Formats: sequence, structure tokens, C-alpha cells
Amino acid sequence: MSMISSPHTHSGKSVQLTMLWVMLALAPATVFGLYLFGWPAISLFLITVLSCLLAEAIALKIMGKPIGKYLFDGSAILTGWLLAMSLPPSAPWWIGVLGAFLAIIVGKQVFGGIGQNLFNPAMVARVALLISFPLEMTTWVTADGVSGATPLGHIRTETGQGHTLSSLADSLPSVSDMGLGMIGGSMGETSAVLLLLGGLFLLWKHIITWHIPVSMIGTLLLLAGIMHAISPEVYPGMEVHLLAGATLLGAFFIATDLVTSPVSPTGQLVFGAGCGLLVYVIRTWAGYPEGMAFAVLLMNALTPLIDHYFRPRIYGRDRKGEPLNYASEEGK
Amino acid sequence: MGYLSTHKITKLFRIRGGVHPHDCKTLSANQAIEDLPMPALLHIPLQQHIGAAAKPAVQRGDHVLKGQLLANSQGMISAPVHAPTSGRVVGVGHYPAHHASGLSVHTITLQPDGKDEWIALNPPADPFTLDPAEIATRVAAAGIVGLGGATFPSAVKLNLRNRYKLHTLVINGAECEPYLTCDDRLMREYSANTIDGIRIMAYALGVENIVIGIENNKPEAQAAMREAATAFPNIQVVGLPMRYPMGSEKHLVQTLTGKETPARGLTADIGIVVHNPATALAVRDALREGKPLVSRVMTVSGGAIHKPRNLRVLLGTKVQDVIDYCEGFNVEPTRLISGGPMMGNVLPDTRVPTVKGCNGILALTTKEVSENQESPCIRCASCVQACPCGLLPLEMAANARAGNLDAVTKLGLMDCIACGSCSYVCPAHIPLVQYFNYAKGELANRQRAKHKQDETKRLIEQRAARMEALERAKKEMMERRKREAAAKKAAAAAKQAQEANA
Repeated sequence: MSMISSPHTHSGKSVQLTMLWVMLALAPATVFGLYLFGWPAISLFLITVLSCLLAEAIALKIMGKPIGKYLFDGSAILTGWLLAMSLPPSAPWWIGVLGAFLAIIVGKQVFGGIGQNLFNPAMVARVALLISFPLEMTTWVTADGVSGATPLGHIRTETGQGHTLSSLADSLPSVSDMGLGMIGGSMGETSAVLLLLGGLFLLWKHIITWHIPVSMIGTLLLLAGIMHAISPEVYPGMEVHLLAGATLLGAFFIATDLVTSPVSPTGQLVFGAGCGLLVYVIRTWAGYPEGMAFAVLLMNALTPLIDHYFRPRIYGRDRKGEPLNYASEEGK
Repeated sequence: MGYLSTHKITKLFRIRGGVHPHDCKTLSANQAIEDLPMPALLHIPLQQHIGAAAKPAVQRGDHVLKGQLLANSQGMISAPVHAPTSGRVVGVGHYPAHHASGLSVHTITLQPDGKDEWIALNPPADPFTLDPAEIATRVAAAGIVGLGGATFPSAVKLNLRNRYKLHTLVINGAECEPYLTCDDRLMREYSANTIDGIRIMAYALGVENIVIGIENNKPEAQAAMREAATAFPNIQVVGLPMRYPMGSEKHLVQTLTGKETPARGLTADIGIVVHNPATALAVRDALREGKPLVSRVMTVSGGAIHKPRNLRVLLGTKVQDVIDYCEGFNVEPTRLISGGPMMGNVLPDTRVPTVKGCNGILALTTKEVSENQESPCIRCASCVQACPCGLLPLEMAANARAGNLDAVTKLGLMDCIACGSCSYVCPAHIPLVQYFNYAKGELANRQRAKHKQDETKRLIEQRAARMEALERAKKEMMERRKREAAAKKAAAAAKQAQEANA
């Protein structure tokens, strides 16, 4: 009889199940995206996911880790899935393959595999692709097959040239189109409603907590609201920031990536606020109108630091870690 | 001071974290407490409590009566052991312990004579006329220890009035561990006697206010205790939310008062002493009937047990005898456990005896244990959310694994109550508690080594100082002698000179 420590029962949670719930939460928005963008999107999605599995298998083989145990833990599939969701649906197939290898090998396995990576693998790949192949990565098509910029890209270009927002009104999609996802953008980021639904599902299943999404979206909307109030002709309002771009995909599925986000509730609030701030700054003033990936990666880099400084208070101790002292309290 | 000293509890406070395991109590909750038939042999370990082991007071071959002292307590924190029935001492030696290691420990083996004949008992006429210190003395002499599983000598806790300003006795009827129903049954079936014991304890502690906390999955026990307590307005029965680890005394007190017990402190630091209902009943038996602790109620349950039951078992009865009475196993159990599934210990086999701290014997199936291979941490923070102590189990485990003991300690290792909530929720099945137990053990070893080193150093320094003092004394002595000799010489010379002059 081996020396087994308590507890002798378990909640039944597993890594595989966790990944499965996330995929289930992503499914509605994904199916919608695939339907919206058709065959090119479907094949790109499959290529990306399968390439991730292949890259994972190769990496595991090289590292001498048991392939059977790790290959189908769901993490590689999920990475591929999220990467595919963030690619332009019309991108060529090799973008998917290259992205998958970048995500799995550079983004994850070189750090030591599952749980060890500092940066969100899918976002590492997306950013690497964006910088290396700017043309392929910024060629967007809308639902009806016409190519054109994303709403955020359009706004950025036009306001950059001195045009006012009101003069763009006709060329921008309506709020309901953005909400439902009838706009240009990455494969999986377009339908705000379905992403929100998936996010709520994750919250309900306790896979994620409210801290990151709420602080991230809150910060983003707060900044958008303030800037829009100051100068409504230059800065788009809250509804555009909420519904266009990868805001909801990012807030519920990317920034909340378990491995690369902080563990304490306070840390998560700080992390989310940082993501929201960076997304706004990058969208508004930097060179990339779609700033989600950069914002998340920058905050990923800060995660260890946030984890170090924002720890929960230990029972029976004050914030500094000293034992509580009621006597001194009463003496005051 | 005192939320409780002046006010009834009208509001409960939320504790941090915690989990909701399936309570699995229906398996045994409706089984009334039964007496286990007299076993053929009893193996009574001399250490069934926290503190020093008791010292045998009988020899092989002695005939003893039920309740007769078998072994004396040793030192401040210890407890005596009594004969669970009348019979002959057939061995004073070693027997496998009620512990995962199965190592042999000092044990007295008793062969019952079947008469179950009590020794002459001399209970006090009325415990409430005794000096409170006398009650503690009698509780100590009865060998009563915390029967919730902690097995801390109860008398030591009853004497806390000497060192702390106390205002409330809290009775911990949470029984938050899944499967266990022994306190539930005890409170239902012996509510009046339990209340009596509780009142005696409160009297010994010198507190007026009594709060009995019972989780809301035990409405019958709540009703029975309320009924039994109607005559005493100073007793309040409070329904507790079902959330593990509600039965951790520090968390129970926090739920009731909103106050946290200071780190490394006792609940007595905030004026509260916590006892278990089974302990209260044992105190009542000791003070009303003069009976020492010779048996206890335990739950025998789990998916592998044929007929789950609540049994009153003589201490020292083999686990096998207890299981046999429950008609054995359905299937070969994957794990045999003493206590609850969240914090209980694995038993090496069924030969081991039952002890004072054993509130449950669980035979769990593979499905119930849901053992799984450990995989890497995915930093999901489930453990951080579940920890009732505000710790970061994932970081502590990573550091423990890396052998970085200082870092684990700094992260709050000694604030961990080993409740197991973190391991329970971990999707990667990382045995977090095992890492912490290991680290705690290492830390204790290190402290022992350091203590030994310090002691050695102190002894060496003492010796050096002693030698130096000796040397100095020698030198002084020699010098004094020299001086004396010189003085003598001078005196003699002076005398001579005088004489010569004369």
C-alpha cells in the first residue's frame, strides 16, 4: 500500500474537460464564422487545427514525452482553433500551417509544453504572421465576399487622413450588423452576440471568472466613452469598440487563457484593465487598428510580475503578511 | 470585544473559497447508532492523541475491569488510556498502528472476559458545584480527547480560561466531511445528554454563551438540538451553509462572527473555544457517570461497504471486526480510509485497531476515489479560488517540488490547514496536499536539525565557558597561594628580622 495523501475524492474536473468546455463555448461563433465566410474559411480552419496537432506530435516526439498522454489533452486543438478564429478567412492555406507551427513550437513547446508558456501561443503566431506577411494578414473580405477593411481599420485610415467620423457614417456597418457579425474581420471575431453567449457559458461553467472580461471591457469602454465625449468626430464611441474588432473574442477567450493570465482575483482585475487600456491605445494611436493580439501579449509579459505583487490575503494575516492583532486594534 | 458576548447570532459571514463535494451522507444517515458486539481481542494503542504517549500501568496477565486505567498520561499534553471492557491483559507490546505507515506502536492487547464489568465509578454529585479546574482534571483523567478527529487532549482546551479572556463556547456540529454521519446521529439520538455535556464544558470554561453550529444538510440534528436546548436561553443552535471546510474551527468561528483567528494563534485569541459534540457527550459521561472514554461512535461507509452503519465501537476493536459487522465488502475497496475522504488517512490494512480519533471507516471504490494520473499545471487558478486560507497552492506546490522550502514557507505553508480543497478541484490531478505535507515534514526536520545544532552549540559554549571559569579559578587559586606564600615568607622574614633585632 502506497502512502497516498488526502483527499480521497475528486471533483471530476480534468484538463481535457476544461478544454472541451472552452471549445464548446467557441462553437457557436465558429460555426457562424464558417457559415459566413464559406469554404475558404472551413478549409483554413481545418488546416490550422490539424497542423497544430501535427506540430504538437512532432514536438512531443522530439522531447521524448508520451504522445498519447499529451496530444489529445485538447490544448493543441484549442490553440489551433483560436488561431484560426483570429486569421483573415481568406488567408492562404500556408498561413494556417506556418501559424500552427509558430504557435505550438515557438509559442508553447520551447517553454516546456502545456502550462509552461509565458505568452498566449495563438497570439504569438498571429503577431508573427502579421509582422511577416502584412498583406495576407490584412486582406479582409466581408460576408458578401467583397474585400475591404474592417470597421476599425476603416475608421483608423480615414480619421488618420483628417476625415470626420460623421462623414464616414454611410461607409460603416450598423450596430446591429456588428452585433450579429455581418462585417469584415477575422473568422471568429465577428459575431459579438455569439461570442458573448460563449463567454457567459464559460462563466457559468466556472472555467473563467468575471474579473478579466469585466475589467478589460470596462476599461476599454470607459476610455472610449471619455475620448468620444471629448472629440466625437475623431474617436468612435463605445458601441464600435465593444462590437467591432476582437473585443469580445479577446475578453472572453484570449485574455482569459488560463496559462498566461494571473491567478489571483486582484491580479486578474489589473491584467484585464491593462489589456483594455492597451487595446484602446493601440487601436487609436498605434499602427495596427486591430490591437488585441499585441495588447494581450504585452500583458502576458507582465503576468509573472502581477502574480508576484497581487497575492490574495492569507487567512489570519494582514496584507503585509503579519498575523492579525486584535489587541492593538482595540487599544487604538 | 465580543460580537458574541452580548449578541445572538443573527447573521452569518462568508468564508473565502471552499468546495461543495457530494456529501454521500444518505448512505448511512438513516442508520441509528448500534453497539458493535464484543470483539474477541482488543488492541489498545498507548498513543491515541496528540502529545506524549501514555505509559503502561498494567502488566501482562493482569485482570482488568472496564474503565480501569491501562496507561497513564505523560506530561502536560497527553491522555491516559482505559480498559474498554473487563478481561485479561494478554500483551503489552507492539502492534500495527492506526496509521498509513502501518508501523508497530506500543499497544496493550486485552482479551475480553465477556462480562463487560465496570470498575467502581465515582461521579460527582453535581458537576456544577465543582471547581471548574476540577472538571478539567476529571476530563483529563477520563482520557477524553477531541473526538472530531483532532484528538487534542480536551482538558488542555478546557483550561484555556486561565490564559485567555473567553466569552463563547462553539460546538462544531458542521460535520462537513462527506460520508460521515456519526455526529449527526449522535446529536439526533443523544441530544439531551450532549447538551448536558456542552453545559458542563461551558461551566468549566467560565463562559455563558453557547453556539451550536450544524450544517443545513442535517435538519433533524438541528431540530433535536434546538428541542433539547429550549430550556437554556444561553444556547443558540445555528444552521450553517453547506460548504467544505465549514468544520475547520477557524473557519467555523469566522462564519459565526466574521472574525479571523490570527495566524499561528488559537480561536481563544478572539475569546472562543470550539469543541465537538461527541467530545461533549464524552465529557457528560465522565462527569455524570464517572465513565472514562472507552468507546466512540463512528460511521462505516463508502461504496465498497455492504451495509453502511453508524456504530459505537470499543476502542481497540480491529477495523476488520467493524467491517465484518457491516457485512463486509461489496467489491474490493480501492482505498480504506480512517476519517472522511477530504482529510482522512489511508489505513494499511484491516488488522489495525480503531482509536479515539477515528470518526469514520470508509471503504471507497475506484469510482469514488477517482484517482487519476498527474499532469502539468495549467495555471487555471481553481486551487486559488478553492483555498479557504487565501494561499496560492499552485505556486506552493511548484516550489515544494523544486525543493525550495524557504519559498514555500514564505508563501504560507504553515497557514495551510490541509483541507484538500485545492487537490479536490485540480483538473490536472496534482496531489497538492501531498506536496504540502512533504514540505511541512521537511520543515519540521529542518527545525529539529537546527534545534539540535543550536543545542549542541549552546552546550559547547557552556562547556567552553565552564572550562574557562575553571581555568580562571585555578589561576586565581595559584596566584592567591603564591601571594599567601609570599606574604608568609615576608612575615617570616620580618619576624626573623625582628627577632634578629631583638
